[in-house]
Amino acid sequence: MNRAHTDREYEGELRRVREQVLTMGAKVEEMLDAAVRALAERDSDLARATMASDQVINRLEVEIDGLCLRVLAKRQPVASDLRFLTMALKLVTDLERMGDLVVNICERVVELNEEPPLKPYVELVTMAEVAHQMLHAVLDAFLAGDVAAAERVIERDADVDALYASIFRELLTYMMENTRNIYRATRVQSIAKYVERIADHTTNLGEMVVFMVRGKDIRHSGRLPSRERGERKSGRPPVS
Amino acid sequence: MTSVPPSAPEPRPEKMRVESLRAYFGDALALKGISMSVPERCVTAIIGPSGCGKSTFIRCLNRMHEVTPGARAEGAVFLDGKNILGDDVDPVDVRRRVGMVFQKPNPFPTMSIRENVLAGLTLNGIRPPDPARLVEESLRQAALWDEVKDSLDRTGTSLSGGQQQRLCIARCLALEPEVILMDEPCSALDPIATARIEELIHELRERFAILIVTHSMQQAARVSDFTAFFYMGELVEHGTADVIFTKPTSSRTEDYITGRFG
Repeated sequence: MNRAHTDREYEGELRRVREQVLTMGAKVEEMLDAAVRALAERDSDLARATMASDQVINRLEVEIDGLCLRVLAKRQPVASDLRFLTMALKLVTDLERMGDLVVNICERVVELNEEPPLKPYVELVTMAEVAHQMLHAVLDAFLAGDVAAAERVIERDADVDALYASIFRELLTYMMENTRNIYRATRVQSIAKYVERIADHTTNLGEMVVFMVRGKDIRHSGRLPSRERGERKSGRPPVS
Repeated sequence: MTSVPPSAPEPRPEKMRVESLRAYFGDALALKGISMSVPERCVTAIIGPSGCGKSTFIRCLNRMHEVTPGARAEGAVFLDGKNILGDDVDPVDVRRRVGMVFQKPNPFPTMSIRENVLAGLTLNGIRPPDPARLVEESLRQAALWDEVKDSLDRTGTSLSGGQQQRLCIARCLALEPEVILMDEPCSALDPIATARIEELIHELRERFAILIVTHSMQQAARVSDFTAFFYMGELVEHGTADVIFTKPTSSRTEDYITGRFG
């Protein structure tokens, strides 16, 4: 989509969608950053303020949906414009879910702050920083239409998953050591899980950027039953 | 031609094949060596900006191009494997097998509806064995019968624009063609008449190979199985409509269909 539309009003409508998606993404980034600070610095006021700002995310989701719908109705877009608009509709759903997860983090932070600290949350903060970097990078990739950058974001999800597994193991030892740790350890574990899911949503965004640019659907690659053979994948559902 | 993805329509046998088709108006080269295949029982849409050669292209497929003074075509156009550009081929016979519907509905003004349907035969001196049945069948196939069955003696021009266009389709069908060429058949029609023609195209597709030239990208997306994009006398891209309108290969196709041209 390097060239501009002959119809400048149409061009403006597409630009508006792009800007609004980026605004929404930046707002989620900001919220995640604040939630991590609220955790590390035991700042419940910051956690509560961050929870309130989720309203902005929700409002942007509704606005972007409406905008996309109007452009689809009026312009009947095709090719790259169609891929861009349909992906924008999906992107905002993931971004909105990420906002909700940040709210969940803040709720757990407020609960934790009412107790003495269990331990310094070094690994958890690292994990949240990786998720934050992934989100930032995927929004840049969306803006630039950069497939390679989006693919790098997708690859980093494995780092987050590894950090989550490590945090989970450590928390188990705390809980086994002393049952009085269980209340706080389960809160910390929940936060780690929320961050892990934020990274999953970011991975989804990366897949959408690849589709938007290339028109190639890379979701569930190798994980869907083969259509030709009608195979069904068996086995355990993923651990949640 | 781009490869056909798994979601494409069932592969159909080839009805026509065009090879290195070059069309001239005097010394001016309007088609610069087009090669493509037209499958049986499919709709192929030809899109492209004005002057790209799309009308010239379909007019070569039933030897209408050469009717224009100074116009000629080189290369080969195969219909069921036989080159219809050959000297041994009767253009009148080609035009019966490869019918054409034009941009502006053009029923014969002095003829009744009935006479219009039969005009392709009677003007060639052919008397159908059962004219009443042929008129009814042709009008039914053109989805016009119910609207005109009680007034077959009215003039063709007394009908609405959309009905006139369907009358022209009926006239084409009365010749029992094998391929139907449509040159912007809806550009003079309102949206409702357009929808009826498009519905008719869907029905006719079950029996004929159809080529439609259209300036409306949405129409090409709606009616066609395959879409070919022409630009400045060249075939830029030809593939399933599904692929062309979601993920075209060529940046020129992309620019044209998204409205980023010029």
